[in-house]
This record gives sequence, structure tokens and C-alpha cells, in this order.
Amino acid sequence: MPVDETLATYSDWLYRSALGVYLFAILLYAVEQAFSRAPRKAEALVGAGAPGVLADEPKSAPTRSERIGRMGAAMTVLGALLHLGSLVMRGLSAGRAPWGNMYEYMSLLCLAAVVTWIVLMAKFPIRRLGVFVLPPILILLFLGGTVLYAESAPVQPALRSYWLVIHVSVISISSGMLLIPGVTSILYLLKDGNSGRFPKLPSADVLDRMSYRTTVLAFPLFTAGIICGAIWAEAAWGRFWGWDPKETVAFVTWVVYAAYLHARATAGWRGRGAAWINVAGFALNVFNLFFINLVASGLHSYAGL
Amino acid sequence: MTAFLRNTWRGLTSMRTALTLLFLLALAAMPGALLPQLSLNAAKVDEYVAEHGWWGELLLKLGFFEVYATPWFAAIYLLLFTSLVGCLLPRTWEYFKQMRAKPVLTPRNLSRMPHHVQAELDVTPEEAVARAKKAMRGWRMDTGEGTVSAERGYLRETGNLVFHFALLGLLVSFALGKMFSYEGQVIVQADGGQFCNGGIFNYDSFRPGLRVDGTDLTPFCVEIGDFSAEYLENGQPVGYRADIRYQAGEDLATNTWKPYDLRVNHPLRTGGDRLYLLGHGYTPTFTVTFPNGEKRTQGIQWLPTDQVTLASEGATKFDPPGVTDSETRRKNQIAVTGLLAPTPLLHGNILNSKYPALNNPMVAVDVYRGDLGVDDGRGQSIFSIDRQMVDQGRLQKVARKNLALGEEIALDDGTKVRFDAVNDWVSLQVSHDPTQGYVLVFAILIILGLGVSLTVKRRRVWVRATARDDGRTLVEVGGLARTDQAGYGEEFTRLARAVLNEEKS
Repeated sequence: MPVDETLATYSDWLYRSALGVYLFAILLYAVEQAFSRAPRKAEALVGAGAPGVLADEPKSAPTRSERIGRMGAAMTVLGALLHLGSLVMRGLSAGRAPWGNMYEYMSLLCLAAVVTWIVLMAKFPIRRLGVFVLPPILILLFLGGTVLYAESAPVQPALRSYWLVIHVSVISISSGMLLIPGVTSILYLLKDGNSGRFPKLPSADVLDRMSYRTTVLAFPLFTAGIICGAIWAEAAWGRFWGWDPKETVAFVTWVVYAAYLHARATAGWRGRGAAWINVAGFALNVFNLFFINLVASGLHSYAGL
Repeated sequence: MTAFLRNTWRGLTSMRTALTLLFLLALAAMPGALLPQLSLNAAKVDEYVAEHGWWGELLLKLGFFEVYATPWFAAIYLLLFTSLVGCLLPRTWEYFKQMRAKPVLTPRNLSRMPHHVQAELDVTPEEAVARAKKAMRGWRMDTGEGTVSAERGYLRETGNLVFHFALLGLLVSFALGKMFSYEGQVIVQADGGQFCNGGIFNYDSFRPGLRVDGTDLTPFCVEIGDFSAEYLENGQPVGYRADIRYQAGEDLATNTWKPYDLRVNHPLRTGGDRLYLLGHGYTPTFTVTFPNGEKRTQGIQWLPTDQVTLASEGATKFDPPGVTDSETRRKNQIAVTGLLAPTPLLHGNILNSKYPALNNPMVAVDVYRGDLGVDDGRGQSIFSIDRQMVDQGRLQKVARKNLALGEEIALDDGTKVRFDAVNDWVSLQVSHDPTQGYVLVFAILIILGLGVSLTVKRRRVWVRATARDDGRTLVEVGGLARTDQAGYGEEFTRLARAVLNEEKS
């Protein structure tokens, strides 16, 4: 199938614009973070499920730094829309699902992370954390757009299957979602044990809850992604599981996140222990993405470099 | 002694131990991704061991190149398995007990609950209780004197148990699969080549499970018809397909052939076996005309050395015909070796390939004559000649030339070697795994169980209505999420509103 060069060019432009908009959003978040005061007690309680509150929480007029923070959030949404547009154009130009090489995979992963972040912003009063959450996403996007960039092109025969649509998107989206608890767990580790430290960060409890709720959504999805991969592997490679390096590291990552869920229910592991495990899971995800694709050679070597 | 056993069992089944074992499992699985593995690429393991001296030898002895078959890996997952069973049995027991238990009584002091609201209403306590029961339809309820206690979210534990039992089931099926499965690979010439799953000697390589001896393979036969490949301009393949015919089961007796379109991602499934198209390459055909006028034609697969351009190397070997003396025959064998370029690219005389499809293919051949060493009992590659024989001078290079289709090369003794044709070969894999269907079922149960247990929350609500002296009724609502507190607040607020009907004091 021929590649539509015009659409591919539009896709690249949108990608770059999204990067620029994300960068701008980070600056706005940073301004808010720098110029706002530490949250008042009442605000900190809202996340913890304040008892006896039936009425809606009182709203006070936003301060200037809050307005800037809201602009940051709006920019994040705009960036996500441009980002989505870039993926759609990529898919249309190549006439296939736009996650057939590492550049596209990374792009989808980051989009999933940004969307997760936007949802979390709507649910928790944690907007200012954007200054910590967006930079790793931006770095991944930048690496994706430069080092890993691949021209829009059809994929090789082994990838021509509807399982490409299912398996890769599910894995990529769940990995993107898992990026967020990775970052919030790091923040938890910074904050935990000393609520006076980093007064502008939300309480350790809110951070822990954010990590847990996101992980709890992403983990079943990740599991489903691995299983879809196994079903595809059975059709494409002749076995559903063969300890290919990528499969192995995905298995290890799965075990680590399973350990996270257990640790959160085990005395002595709750809190710091669990947070460390979540960070380890995130590190394994990144390792699986870069090292296994670029250095180790296996059946999953579709980096397109 | 019983105390020791009991403590060991308790230790093994504790969550802490399970966590440690999970970490150990993760840690132990990692080398399999970082080091070459015998099951995936034995040649790379040899290379690694040779490069790393004593360190490589040590890793080899400790089983680091076959991690998933080592006793230490097995020890970890068996311990984890035992720990899991030990954890699941009491939980299942507990689960069935709880299924019949009533919700716990309303605690004395509801204001101590994480969620608590109260209001004075102009209703009788009985009406308040009735309203609460209505609001909590679908909950498991128990009513007491002026109180309602309700609990919901039992599915969480159901999902949890389903997940863990499915995990056990998956592991057991996986292990059984390793016993009774096999995998065999074979190269078959396209345009009429046949393969039958009659025994392991029909395969080029065969990997049996622990309980497979190769005597009881399900018989079926395939015949490879036309093979076609499609490429982009840059040589990237777009698709491979082989038109095959196959017979299995009763068709074998009646010699009936059924057609099938074999493609990557589209295996043939027949009677518990799967047939896969893994790859393809080229088979050049050469005709050797010997000095006495006799002709021999041979075509055997050559090995692609460049995966993009499919430049292939190989060795096509001939015995002189009509020679009865084995000594003479052995010393006059001929091998045509060299490079096949499907689409030739010539730099002066140096041949290479620039594209994987066949466009006036050419070969650059070295013809050897002498003793090929095929009779000395040692195995040799079908893709190359025995270099030792060349080094010992028992096999000599007698000609070198680039040949297009139909061209020939004449040797000093009058022998002629003609390059006739190029055909496709396909590499096939037959896989047999009787338990993979069960693995799939358990995998689906794993996702379902996991989804349910991580989204459903176990939570409790209590309502107490107390008559006041002034004729009004104090209604208190308390709530507790038994697992993760997050997200219960909204539901509780909604419930409390329904019970208190917005009539706040």
C-alpha cells in the first residue's frame, strides 16, 4: 500500500506542535508551583475523604498562580489533542494502526500517559504536579521523535495481523498509564516520613492513593496485553510463550507489579516498600522499551531503526 | 516436630514469604532476557562461553543459559506455588463461611467510622429504617432494633479467588504442555515438495517435550504448491504465501487433498497440530554433464545470508555417475558452491544482490572437485563444504565464474556445470501442544478475576435510628470500605443522601 506523504508530513508537524505545547504547559505548571503557597489544611483533607461533608466544597476565587496552573492544564489538553491528531494522521498515511514501530509505539505510550494525567487532574487536587509528571513524558517523546524516528511505512509480514491493533495498543496504553504511578511513587518517597518536607507536594497519602488507583486500572490492562501477545505469538511464531527477551522482561514486570499490589496489603511493606516496588516496575518498563528493543535481539525487534 | 512443621507451613504461606518469592522469581527470570539462551540460540551461547572464559563456563554450569529449565528456577516457582496453595485453601474456606454470614452488627459509635453523617428527621425510627432498607436495595442486609447493617462487594473476594485459582490452573497446564508438546522444523521445496508428519527423521530439527519420544505423531501430509512473496521497493517484504494441499485423518486413507492458503500469521490447524510458514529462500538447480556424457541435475536449498536482499550461500554436491569403485567415486565428487543473487548487482566481477525477488538471478560459483568427505561418518552442513578437506588438499577448487540462467562453466576435464533454474523453498514448523487450549481458558479467567477483584470494593453501611424526646428521630449513617478506601466517599454520600432524604438538621 502506498504511503500518503502529505498526511505523514502533517503528522510530523502535529507531533512537533504537541511537544512544544507540552513544554509550554510544563513552564506554566512550574510557574504555579513556584509562586503558590503551600496548601492549607482544609485542602489537604479533601483528598482523604473528609468526614461529614455532604455539601460541595467551598470555592474561593482563584489566585493568579492558580489561573496560570489552569492554563497549564488547558495546554496539556491541547497538547494531547495535537498528539492524538499526529497519531491519527500517521495511521491514515500508512494505512494501518499507527503503532508499528518504536517511534509510533512511544508516541501512543506517551499519549496514554498524558490522558491518564488529565483524568487524574480532574479527580485529585494535584494539578501542580504536572511539573514533575510531564517532563519524563516530554523526554520520551523527544527521544522518540529524534533518535527513534522512523518514516511512515507499511510493516513487515509478521506484523500484518489484527493482533497488532489489539496487543500493541493495549500494552502501549497500559505502559503509558503505569508511567504516572512511577512518577507519583518517586514523589511519595520524597515526601513520605516528613510532611514538613517539600510542603508544596500533596500529602503522602494522596500520592500513595493516586499511585494505587492508576496501577489498579493499568495492571489488568497490562495483563490482558500480555495475554493478547501470547495469543498472537501462537498464531505468528508457533508457540504462545517462548521466553523471548521481551516476553521475559514483560513477565518480570508483571511479577513486580503483582508484588506491588500484595505489598500494599502487607504490614511492613505498605507505604515506602510498595512505592519502591512501583518505581522498580516503572524502571523495568523503561528497560524493556529501550534495552530489549535496541540492544538485545529477539523476535520483538521491530524498532525500525 | 509438629510445631516445627506448623511454623514452617505458616512461614511459607505468609504474605511476606510470598512477596519474597515473587521478587526471587522476578530476579531469577531476568538472566533469561540478558544472556543468550540455549533454547533460543545455541550458537550464541557457545560464542558467549568462548568469549568469557571461566566466567562463561561457570554460568554454563549453573544453568544461566537455560534459566527456565534449571533446578533453582523450578525451586522458586514450586515454593511460590506451594505458598499460593497454602494461602488459597484457608481463604476459600473463609470465603464460603462468609457467603452465609450476616453483615456485622451496627457498632455502638458510628461517628468513629471513616464515613459518617447524621441528621434529625420528622419520621418514626421504623420509617427511617424502612427508608434505609429501600436505599440499600441490592446490599446484603441485616436489621436489628432500629438499625440496619449492610454489606456489599463480595464479588471482590470471588474475583480474587478466581484469579489465583486460574493462575494455578495456568501454571499446571503450562507444565503439562512442556511434557507433551513438540516442535519440528523442516525445509520443503516449493513447486511440489512434500512433507509428512510421520516421524522425527522427516524433520531437519525436532524439539520434543519431556514425554514425547517421536513415535506417536499425528500423521498428516502437506504438499507445497506455489510460493509467492511480495516486496516493497526498498526490499522490505510485504507478505508471503504458499498455496499448499494437505491431507489428514481419513483423507490419508482415501488420498484426498484439501487446499490451504498458508501465510505468516495464518497457520494451518489440523487435528491438534499447527503448521506454520516461517520463512523462505532459494534453491538453485545445477546440471553437471560428466565427461562420459552422463548428466546429473540437483537442486538443494541455499541459505539466505542477507535477510534483506536474500543473497544466499550454499553448496550443491554431486557424485560421479556410473562409477562402481567407491574409492574413485569418492575422489571425484563435485561441489558447486558460492553466492546466489536473486537480483544481481555487479561491481566489475563481484556479484551481489540488490533485491530479494527473482529478476534474472545470477550465481557466482566456485566449483570444487575431489573428496567431499561426506562418507567419513562425520555430519556436515548441507550449506557448505568441509573446509578441512580443502585445507588437506583432498578437495580442490577447479573453476570460478559468474553464471546467469542457462550459462555454463567448463572444467579442465571436460565436465560442464550449467546453472538451470532457481526455485523457492519454504521453512515450515509443526507445533503440537495439547494443553494450550486450557492455558487460554485460564488466561481469560485470570483477566476476568483480576478485573473484578481490582474494581469491586468490599464496603459496609450502617444506619441507626433513635427516637428523640421531641418526637423527631436522629438518623446516623456510618460507612467503612473494607479494602481500599479510595472512591467509596461518592457512593456513601449518595446513599446517605437517600437515607436522610436531604432533610438536614
